[in-house]
Amino acid sequence: METFLIGLIAATLRVATPLIFGTLGELFSERAGVLNLGIEGTMFLGAFVGFSVASLSGSLWLGFFAAVLAGMLSGVLMSLLTVRLGVNQHVSGLGITLLWTGISLFGFRLIFGEPSIPPSIDPFKALTPFGQTPVLGPIFEQHILTYVSLLLIPLVWWVIRRTRFGLDIRAVGENPEAADAAGLDVYRIRTLALMIGGGLMAAGGAFLSLAQLGAFTYGIIAGRGWVCIALIIFANWEAAGVLWGALIFGGVASLQLRLQTMGFKLPYELFLALPYLVTILALMIAGRNVSAPASLLKAYRRE
Amino acid sequence: MLAIQMQGIVKRFGSLLANDHVHFELAEGEIHALLGENGAGKTTLMRILYGLYRPDEGEIRVKGQSVVIRSPKDAIQAGIGMVTQHFTLVPTLTVAENVVLGGAGALLDPRRMQADVRAASQRYGIPVKPDALVRQLSVGEQQRVEILKALARNARVLILDEPTAVLVPQEVEVLFEALNRLRKEGLSVIFISHKLYEVMAVCDRITVLRDGRLVGTVEKSATNQTDLARMMVGRESFGVARQGERAQGEVLLRIENLSARGKKGLTALDNISLEVQAGEILGIAGVSGNGQSELSQVLEGMLKPSSGKVSVGGKDVTAASPGALAEAGVGRIPEDRHASVVAELSVAENLVLDQLEAFTRGGSLDRAAIRKNAEKLIGEYQIKAGPDDHTRTLSGGNMQKVLLARSLSRSPRVVIAAEPTRGLDVGATDYVRARLLEQRSRGAAVLLISEDLDEILALADRIAVIYEGRIMGVLGARDATVEQLGLMMSGTPLERLAETMEAGHA
Amino acid sequence: MLRLRLERAPAPLWFRSLIPVIAVPVTFLLTTILILWAGADPLRAYYEFLIKPLASRVSLIEVLVKSTPLLLTGASVAFAFSAGYWNIGAEGQLYAGAIAGAWLGMVLKDVSPVIGIPLMIAGGFLAGVLWALGPALLKVRLNVDEVVTTLLLNSVIVFLVSYLLNGPWRDPVSMWPQSATIADGTVFFKLIPRSRLHLGFLVALVAIGVEWYVLKRTALGLRMRAVGLGKDAARFAGINVNRTMLTAALVSGGIAGLAGVGEVAGIHFHLIESISDGLGYSGIIIATLGGLHPFGVGLAALFIGLIDTGAQTVSQALNVPVYLGTVVQAALLLVTLSLFVLQNYRIRRA
Repeated sequence: METFLIGLIAATLRVATPLIFGTLGELFSERAGVLNLGIEGTMFLGAFVGFSVASLSGSLWLGFFAAVLAGMLSGVLMSLLTVRLGVNQHVSGLGITLLWTGISLFGFRLIFGEPSIPPSIDPFKALTPFGQTPVLGPIFEQHILTYVSLLLIPLVWWVIRRTRFGLDIRAVGENPEAADAAGLDVYRIRTLALMIGGGLMAAGGAFLSLAQLGAFTYGIIAGRGWVCIALIIFANWEAAGVLWGALIFGGVASLQLRLQTMGFKLPYELFLALPYLVTILALMIAGRNVSAPASLLKAYRRE
Repeated sequence: MLAIQMQGIVKRFGSLLANDHVHFELAEGEIHALLGENGAGKTTLMRILYGLYRPDEGEIRVKGQSVVIRSPKDAIQAGIGMVTQHFTLVPTLTVAENVVLGGAGALLDPRRMQADVRAASQRYGIPVKPDALVRQLSVGEQQRVEILKALARNARVLILDEPTAVLVPQEVEVLFEALNRLRKEGLSVIFISHKLYEVMAVCDRITVLRDGRLVGTVEKSATNQTDLARMMVGRESFGVARQGERAQGEVLLRIENLSARGKKGLTALDNISLEVQAGEILGIAGVSGNGQSELSQVLEGMLKPSSGKVSVGGKDVTAASPGALAEAGVGRIPEDRHASVVAELSVAENLVLDQLEAFTRGGSLDRAAIRKNAEKLIGEYQIKAGPDDHTRTLSGGNMQKVLLARSLSRSPRVVIAAEPTRGLDVGATDYVRARLLEQRSRGAAVLLISEDLDEILALADRIAVIYEGRIMGVLGARDATVEQLGLMMSGTPLERLAETMEAGHA
Repeated sequence: MLRLRLERAPAPLWFRSLIPVIAVPVTFLLTTILILWAGADPLRAYYEFLIKPLASRVSLIEVLVKSTPLLLTGASVAFAFSAGYWNIGAEGQLYAGAIAGAWLGMVLKDVSPVIGIPLMIAGGFLAGVLWALGPALLKVRLNVDEVVTTLLLNSVIVFLVSYLLNGPWRDPVSMWPQSATIADGTVFFKLIPRSRLHLGFLVALVAIGVEWYVLKRTALGLRMRAVGLGKDAARFAGINVNRTMLTAALVSGGIAGLAGVGEVAGIHFHLIESISDGLGYSGIIIATLGGLHPFGVGLAALFIGLIDTGAQTVSQALNVPVYLGTVVQAALLLVTLSLFVLQNYRIRRA
């Protein structure tokens, strides 16, 4: 029982990591007033760029930062469409997801061809801060990026709540007219928020290819971006909520996996569908009172 | 020492002369009222001072120095702050965060921000809670935050555009106390208003504008409400000829104890009762923002009343949908005509949108009939457009004619006309007014809601004055005088009219 | 520094209809980079992409086969969008139709095609309606944003299909994660013998025609367009906005369901997990490219079908990865969207 629990907790943290990155990325976008449905594609792009650069250069970190850079560029594209031009946010986001999915698969095929054994790299080594200590040892045997994601949560909270940049983001997401009247550059702030958000989303994707799998596959993201869209609502657009949401989702996902391998026959798909259904339920109960940023989905144009 | 001098200010909007060589002077440490009817040019003048408009002619001096103000940023730099009717606050941020928004420094220290705001709040006597979220505040508290925002940017001149329009009486008191404190601190305040008693209560001097021109600047001690009303409206008597006498008719529209809440959740209509008879026009006069919009929305089916009853020809239509009201014989001419036509649909389609069943044959739209209907109405109502033109391309006057044609062609028993000529040119205005009189002689009951007193006087048989969501009284148009209407529009009920007027003359 | 800003200045109407025509060359110009990366000659690639599939009878029919579900998902999305209901759920509603098709194909064992085929069509439509019902009710009753709910339900139904195919519906013969082959009486007949073109294509054309008729010729259609173009003005004119949106949402779901049943009954003959793989999302592209006009949607669906087919031709002939098709679709969407906005503006110096 103890090993089961320890394994479960360790796995939960692993599963939660890319979700924390992605949801924090979506938090920046949505707090600034842009629903970024490009998240699924941006995570996919991050996984691809991270893997390719790491594999070609031999440096995992170079791969990771290349992925973050690609994600930031994705944020710039999203900003160009939805902030500068004011194009419909849903359709732009879905278009960007499709674009990065296509480009990643295209690039992967060109770089690596179609080998019978999928190419792989040596992934990030797990850190063992507690060595072989019982309980704490195995629980905290995690990738460095998992630690980074956990540290990001208070950092994002601090940026949003305690810095002027965070205040600017909250202001342009809630009432761009007021922000404009106060002399803020709404376009610039939204663009920066989308860039940071894109970088975080791509980092989540890169975690999967560089740490968890050491490979890049067609189904590497498998809807995790959409999970983040659900989690951000569940988290009520707060950094702390992101942690709990990701841990609960990660916990349920790893539990079902563990029970399955132990031979329990479960409709595990039900567990996987649960976060989506819970989110819809939350939307239903909260109804109009969901505290989404008030200017989400609205392009700002000075009259 | 003069804080502000505006000399020979001219501002044109197309053919409209909004400010015609206006002079305005503001002393340091005074509260100066800018008084006038809607469209007199008060707000235009102040938007020029705050850099929201550029004047076509004229000069602005701040403390004797000639300045050019191109944007609000320039105005703020010159020590001018403005609180507009439409607040620019972020509801989910705290009061302190709103005050420092747009300021300097990369990090925020909530405790210091709150202490700073608290200090300013005490210094100027403007009570706010620095750590409260703005969305939890009442409108009055939000207004105070706006004032603090301006003061935090070191404003020495504060422009308040109709600050009391959104306040309940208790909040007005708090505001006035704060203004007095600011005056003691040596700040100057420009107070835009059309409420006479408020102006008399708080201001040192009063400048009156009418039709874009300066009428005069007077000391408070040298004037009274009656004189101010006369300066503001500028007519000694109303010699508008009635369009023939009207016989007593059946009551077609009956409003009983109607109350409703406006957008901000405040009571906008407070226990209103009115009757409109067949063959008469009942005018609703009042200063903008006293419940007229909500009254028209309730009668158009766009806003659900909180209590009370509305009936048309004896049939209860309280809280009926727009479609049900049209069916019940209510013709509706809405206040916001641009939001009431589907701009991207054609004129012909807009003309039948409220009665599509009548133009359906065998499951599909009878396009020939729709076109014929459009051609007929375009001719009849002199709409300058083709049936297939997008309604978006029409002028305001022609858009209004589309709405007139759509509702009046169904021969309604009751007509609700809200600001039917606002923003229209002279020709279109005359046309619309003639159509409304035609409805009257046809025997319809017409409720005309208008902030244009001339319009009310030209058309209405009886005039009801609305103030803060309540009816101050109903007068026969023939007997109404400028003093009476002016005082009622600024909050004096009909039954207290006589004593107030005596006091004014004394 | 040179500062630019957008100034509102609507372009003439004729320009609007030209936008897709301008978007296509712009898109291909942008995607040339990828073709050059793949080491292919761009002109040759475009020939293989756009002309070759139209040159032979076999590949031309294949374009129509690929277009069949796209016509339906495009029509589905366009119908909802016309009424201002942002249905992102055509993907999920398509799966719902496919599930219904597979189920009917299992239970209607010895049915005659005369009964089986109409039942399949009705069942697919109904399933799509049911899957669209939840988000639509939440929208009109509680004002819950339909974008998020329809999007999330897309993922939910994929899990449902996965559950069915790995559990109760797993093919007992092959043990593959696919449902049993559907009964003969429920299979859509071929329109052209020995090809893959099936009844579903005809159903799609009829759907497009009916949609055109409803949107452009009936009171419901005019109400829908009025609601989509101006909710408040529509309400002022006495239109029941909620009922109109609900109708649009449900019919939209039904049309997407038809796409799903078509793929089961005309192409695969059983339910598989990857039966859609983005057809519903392509519907959003098609509806946008087609300017929400049913005939525009028809042309756009055929064009996307051509791109899907062409991507395979290019891939075989020039060894350019087949995913070029996906990239072209996405780029075409983004370029078109930008042009739709830019047509109303001129770029001026600030």
